[in-house]
Amino acid sequence: MIPLSWYLLLSAALFCVGLYGVLARRNAIAILMGVELMLNAVNINLIAFWRYLTPDRSVGLVWATFVLTVAAAEAAVGLALIISVYRSRDSVIAEELDTLKN
Amino acid sequence: MSQQIIFFILAAITLTSAVVVVTIRNLFHAALALMVSFLGVAGVYVLLEAPFLGMAQLLVYIGAISILIIFAIMMTRRLMQTNESPFNAQAVGALIGAGLALAILFIVIIRFYPMAPGDGFGQSAMVVDPATLQSSVARMGRSFVSAEAYVLPFEVASVLLLAALVGSIVIAWPHRGEEDNQ
Repeated sequence: MIPLSWYLLLSAALFCVGLYGVLARRNAIAILMGVELMLNAVNINLIAFWRYLTPDRSVGLVWATFVLTVAAAEAAVGLALIISVYRSRDSVIAEELDTLKN
Repeated sequence: MSQQIIFFILAAITLTSAVVVVTIRNLFHAALALMVSFLGVAGVYVLLEAPFLGMAQLLVYIGAISILIIFAIMMTRRLMQTNESPFNAQAVGALIGAGLALAILFIVIIRFYPMAPGDGFGQSAMVVDPATLQSSVARMGRSFVSAEAYVLPFEVASVLLLAALVGSIVIAWPHRGEEDNQ
């Protein structure tokens, strides 16, 4: 018997670790990895609430599946952008990509 | 009781490898730790009796997204050999911000949800007929294609995937004249 709050705490911790990765890493690919961790934390939340509150309906599973789909699309487009930027600027360090600054 | 032990093992695997992902210097090792973290999350899905989501997690995250990330790391590898710090100038502020967010979330969750197993709200999973859980994947599949439920979001999601994949191919395509020096 696991209380719902344990899953919520795990999800919150995973989300904040991902948040730290997004804010603190220099490499754009590492930032994308942090985003993936945050999306996983959201999905744990969705599935936990589905199982604990509405296991007889499919809305939680459906929503988690959509999050998975959007995460896949986001990873594909994000990595394509990173490779394109690397080709033109020879760098994937986020703070060196400052063409729009000033 | 055994469920709780499994939960703690899965949570420890997931969180430890997630911390490794955001702190380790070598980006390739970070990608491998990310795969371990995804595996732990897939285990949590199975523990929550959503085996379809666990399998989809294995296929999509570990099978596809991780490999995509590793490809991107290898294509940009020349710059990964440097001994610079993996963190930017705002790393300390990021640590404080993420820590504050974590503290607020923990306080709210502990305040509003009971922590001990029992019979009240949120203390144990809603008891349902095992057949209901076994047929949850079938019900999800039907609701994806039924006009009263999610057929429109489902089709929009497939168009989104198609557009994203075509778009990423276009974005990553070498520009004219760049092929020579690649």
